[in-house]
Amino acid sequence: MLIAAAVLFLLLRLLPGDPANALVSVGADPEQIEAARRQVGSDLPIAAQFVRYLGQLGRFDLGASFVSGVPVLQEIGRRLTLTLPLTALAFTCAILFAVPLGILAAVKRDRWYGTVISVISQLGVAIPVFWIGILLVTAFAVKLRLFPSGGFPTSGWRDPLTALHQLALPILTIALVMSASLIRYVRSATLDVIGSDYLRTARALGADYGEALIRHGIRNGAVPVISILGIELASTLLGAVVVERVFSLPGLGSMLLSGIEQRDYPSVQGVLFISTLLVLLVGFAADLVQRLIDPRLRGPSGDRS
Amino acid sequence: MTALPARANRTSRSILKATTAAVLLLMGVAPVLSAEGGPDATISIGSLYEPQNLDNTAGAGQGINEAFNGNVYEALFRLNDDGSVSPSLVKDYTVSDDGLTYTFTLQPGVTFHSGDPLTSADVKWSIERVTSPDSKSSRKNSLKPIASIETPDDATVVIKLSSRSISLPYNLSYVWVINDAAKDLQTAEDGTGPYALDGWQRGSQLAVKRFDKYWGAKPENGEVVFKYFTEATALNNALLTGAVDVITSVQSPDSLAQFKDNPDFTVAEGKSTTKLLLAYNDRVAPFDNVKVRKALARAVDDKKLLEAVWGEYGTLIGSFVPPTDPWYVDLTQVDAYDPESAKALLAEAGYPDGFTFTIDTPNYDPHPLAAQFLQGELAKIGVKVNINVITANEWYTKIYKAHDFQATLQEHVNHRDIVFYGNPDFYWGYNNPKVVDLIKASEEAKTVDEQTEKLKEANVQIAEDAASNWLYLYPQIVVSKKSVSGYPLNGLNSQFFAYGIKKAD
Repeated sequence: MLIAAAVLFLLLRLLPGDPANALVSVGADPEQIEAARRQVGSDLPIAAQFVRYLGQLGRFDLGASFVSGVPVLQEIGRRLTLTLPLTALAFTCAILFAVPLGILAAVKRDRWYGTVISVISQLGVAIPVFWIGILLVTAFAVKLRLFPSGGFPTSGWRDPLTALHQLALPILTIALVMSASLIRYVRSATLDVIGSDYLRTARALGADYGEALIRHGIRNGAVPVISILGIELASTLLGAVVVERVFSLPGLGSMLLSGIEQRDYPSVQGVLFISTLLVLLVGFAADLVQRLIDPRLRGPSGDRS
Repeated sequence: MTALPARANRTSRSILKATTAAVLLLMGVAPVLSAEGGPDATISIGSLYEPQNLDNTAGAGQGINEAFNGNVYEALFRLNDDGSVSPSLVKDYTVSDDGLTYTFTLQPGVTFHSGDPLTSADVKWSIERVTSPDSKSSRKNSLKPIASIETPDDATVVIKLSSRSISLPYNLSYVWVINDAAKDLQTAEDGTGPYALDGWQRGSQLAVKRFDKYWGAKPENGEVVFKYFTEATALNNALLTGAVDVITSVQSPDSLAQFKDNPDFTVAEGKSTTKLLLAYNDRVAPFDNVKVRKALARAVDDKKLLEAVWGEYGTLIGSFVPPTDPWYVDLTQVDAYDPESAKALLAEAGYPDGFTFTIDTPNYDPHPLAAQFLQGELAKIGVKVNINVITANEWYTKIYKAHDFQATLQEHVNHRDIVFYGNPDFYWGYNNPKVVDLIKASEEAKTVDEQTEKLKEANVQIAEDAASNWLYLYPQIVVSKKSVSGYPLNGLNSQFFAYGIKKAD
């Protein structure tokens, strides 16, 4: 965590530009520019800035935005109320799409629809997120007028139905892209299971195909898929940047983006710090779930044989 | 659900309607497309310029002028949409014969949104905020002649100047009058305008509500919501789908067709003050040579560039002054497009084989496109252009502050900003003593006519010197729903007065 913070800090300062520039406009004189630099602390040597930053971090104080003056942690908290539900809902939808389709694609791989599912999921992996977003907006918002083209209500989640209605297209966008790659993992995990000895044994003992797959297959197939899920979830959290931009959503991603454009270091560092934390948490959770599902992973590796 | 594309035929329309209704029913969501009109209507304004904070002396950006000037905050004077200046919080004022003492009488019965009455002390405090050492206001310089501010009684403000300043009323139109007891102006407000801040969701929208104790005329609507977008396409979609009522200024010409051909929308063109220019660093060779600058001006076909970027919109300019400024002169014929004479001039200047230079190009539209166009045009007279793409933030460090550049592309949005050519320390480093004197003398002029004469002369001189290469004036296009009217068209200095906007029932 500390190393990540240091690297982020340095990389940000390597970018040309100055956070004080966001505070001045054409017409400002040199004294005003210097005053702005003093205000944001960019007139100090980098080492002094870093020490100051570490001191703040030690108190879990992420500082206040250079540009708006709002405490970064408070702003992140507000934006997470959008980004977290968005990610979680999209993730759930993706699993609901991908698991049945992936298993179907594996079990029925010799049928035409098995092949079609595989081909479509391959295509889905290759298509950029923003393009899917734009297509969905054109179709469902501009042409059919079923959903709004973007934005999020001021009332937030106090009116959950309106909020969901607003978020429908972004959720669908992320879910489609995510499920495309998930389908492939689910399919290959299922294929492994289908070809395994234990499944053959189960069937030899008289279980029919579906029963054997459900009793023995899903648990075994789930283990590798879950570690992929952890990675996917983490990348969705960060991939929200693009989707939030397309749909004009005031989430964590848009905060990161405008922070970088304005060299608003506290905001950028804050967002990256919190998202690093979240990614670590997700990885840890995925690990836990794997152990719950597969008893062989629980003990020391010696027990495995 | 009445806003389907007109070309959809009846059958597909009813199928669509049925499906739409079914889906909405399933989701349990009622269609929320048509908000109500009338005197208490909520007007949604779509914009690309979200303010960074709420204080125009702390680097809030042009978005705060759009949302707050004349809406939430008022000044002693108002810059009207037609470019004229009229009294606002000032009821009456007198100027002494030597032009150095201005005595202002304030409007009676004005209250701040917090309920406090407006007094002369608030005015003094507000002006001193802008002129203080901490102020980041770009207007600070223009208020330098102010020597002292006195408040003999609650309704009177006396401003004493160290030198004549003919544009004082104009310059004061930028100075918000704020309650001197107000705190935390970056996230809150206390102004006297027809609307009070009702909520700001960063990254998304800012709402203002009609202020019932407003001293002036009651606004034509009840509430105004500024919705912010980072992408022109998303903004256009919001208007197409009815999520916003009006777009303050359209920045992507390609999108205009979808509104122009649609009877549900009004496309209106106002007068803009936004200029695109290729600014040279006039301090460094070869741009310290007038002949080189003139040659480059003649080598570029501005008309072709304007058409490439904006189609039929926009205006050609021959200098930095747009037609809405009182000192406008048509100078488009000075160094008009003429590649042959450009080549000759270049040879005369000692560069018969041309030279190579770099244009620092901001990474957002239309700069990259303009840079490529210039590259092509200048290649024809043997001048090689390298394009160096930079962000807006780098632009401030490298060009505005360090003057470390040969040439750069930039858009300048302000009204009456020819005065920049009178400042030899400005980033482009243009230094003609005659222009410096003219611009200084114009500010100390006794009458507006005298001021105008002087600035016209300066204007002609910078054009003759080809101080920069002025490419074109942006169009100012406002698009709205048909049912919405009464919005300002010109949007001078990014202002967008909302109190006159009406929405039909």
